[in-house]
Amino acid sequence: MGYYILRRVLSATPTLLGVTLAVFMFVHVLPGDPARLMAGIEATEDSVQLVRRSLGLDKPLWVQYGIYLNNLIHGSLGASNRDAAPVSTHIMQAFGPTFFLTVAAMLVAIAIGLAAGMIAAVSHGRVLDFTTTSLAMFGISLPSFVLALALIWIFGVDLRWFPTGGDQGAASLVLPAITLGAGAAATIARISRSEMLEVLAQDYIRVAKAKGHRLRMVVLQHALPNTLIPVITVIGLHFGFLISGAIIVETVFAWPGLGRLLIDSISFRDYPVIQGVVLVFALEFVAVNLLVDVLYARIDPRVRYQ
Amino acid sequence: MGRATLRRLLRRTTAGAIGFVIVIAMILTAVLGPLWAPYAPNTPDYAHAREAPSAVHLGGTDDFGRDIFSRVLYGARISMTVGFLGVVIGLIPGALLGLIAGYAGGWLDEVVMRVIDVLLAFPGILLAIAMVAVLGPGLVNIIIAIGFFGIPVYTRLVRGSTLQAKELAYVEAVRAQGARAPRILIRHILPNVVAPIIVISTLQLASAILTESALSFLGLGAPPPTPEWGAILTNAKDDLATLPYMALFPGAALVITVLGFNLLGDGLRDVLDPRMKM
Repeated sequence: MGYYILRRVLSATPTLLGVTLAVFMFVHVLPGDPARLMAGIEATEDSVQLVRRSLGLDKPLWVQYGIYLNNLIHGSLGASNRDAAPVSTHIMQAFGPTFFLTVAAMLVAIAIGLAAGMIAAVSHGRVLDFTTTSLAMFGISLPSFVLALALIWIFGVDLRWFPTGGDQGAASLVLPAITLGAGAAATIARISRSEMLEVLAQDYIRVAKAKGHRLRMVVLQHALPNTLIPVITVIGLHFGFLISGAIIVETVFAWPGLGRLLIDSISFRDYPVIQGVVLVFALEFVAVNLLVDVLYARIDPRVRYQ
Repeated sequence: MGRATLRRLLRRTTAGAIGFVIVIAMILTAVLGPLWAPYAPNTPDYAHAREAPSAVHLGGTDDFGRDIFSRVLYGARISMTVGFLGVVIGLIPGALLGLIAGYAGGWLDEVVMRVIDVLLAFPGILLAIAMVAVLGPGLVNIIIAIGFFGIPVYTRLVRGSTLQAKELAYVEAVRAQGARAPRILIRHILPNVVAPIIVISTLQLASAILTESALSFLGLGAPPPTPEWGAILTNAKDDLATLPYMALFPGAALVITVLGFNLLGDGLRDVLDPRMKM
């Protein structure tokens, strides 16, 4: 197992390096002077010069990339040109809220998605199956910001059950988490339905049924564990989409996370922060994919020997 | 899409047929919408600002007294154009890269796929947002961004199909007869890859329209007063407490369009490529 993890981490390294290179190039493909962009539009000529020297922007590009990597390893992402605070401070502050939001959304998605998928599969071909699959298709096509507006209107404005925005404790997490999790729930429902249908057609399920076990037990104890592998892959993949979906949801609900930091920074043309947040999002995505692979190997030993 | 495929789609898959009807309706709206619209989309009429839906203004009016229903009709044209162009811009380089990488194999394949891995490390619309942050807001830049983030999808898909197709006996026969690589790729391998490309492109259209409206919703799209669905929804967001109906038409238009393309894509997958069936 340890060997497998090491191999997976090593094979992800080129991708990680590629991501840092892409994010590094980000500012250099912009038209205009990168030093001026990093220092901010209103910066004086002196501070532009200072930025040029401190970032090594007067050196060859590959040396600059080396400096960038070195700074990165030491946890330095530069300074925001809005308030001169280190980018890493901004990111640390915003990371927590995004993390909680994403995890809450994932829990919502898994709970609703798995349950819906199982119910649909067990009632295959009947009205309940049709209703669930239709709802799942609808859920996939429903843009998060449209759902957000509907939820804010119904539960925030009309019924006044939950706050409509900001971070005012656990209650304000409810609407954003449902909004963010809905799409993933729909996908998980579709995958777990089709996987469950396949498993339910297997001989060992027929044996379990023939032995007189109750349907609920057959589904939960025999069928569910065998549907989990593809479902976990989808969950892992969707974690990445949740990370990026958070950009929109946080903006609608004024949730103080990384997504909102990104959108705010774009409107202020705060390139050091934009660069940092994009990097964190991408690294997170690669890390989650790696984690899914490892989890996969843990559940299904066959994967390790391929 | 041949006539036989269409017949199978309409007869065998209810969902696919519904999707087909929605997509045709949306394309018609994009083309003819301006003729049907009762009002000009951008002309303010302050005397009738913030009116609830009525027989005169089907979807009500916004802060400037503009007819929301008319704006939504005009918006169909923008969404469909951006969606189609975005998909085509991603499809052409993406498919070419996939064909070349899959057919050539070796180091070329390795390099292309590493670059694609890096692109895929930027989840969902993050790549599009990052690109618009670099290029600046605006519809043209959104089209480029949507195209760019579609490239890895097509490259992976086409490469996979090419790897399979190049081992087929008839491809080897053509190669033995001395046909050159470009001819083999275009005449003999590409036709094998068309079905999955059509299926994925239809689904990609749904996500392109979603991405475009999301970027506009975030204020990274066309400048006001462009009648764009996401932008109309942003306006509606601010008045949700007092004028919730403002979000109704643009929201519904967006959901129905995306649903239509998703249903059509699923139906096409069942008809064209049963192996991909979920």
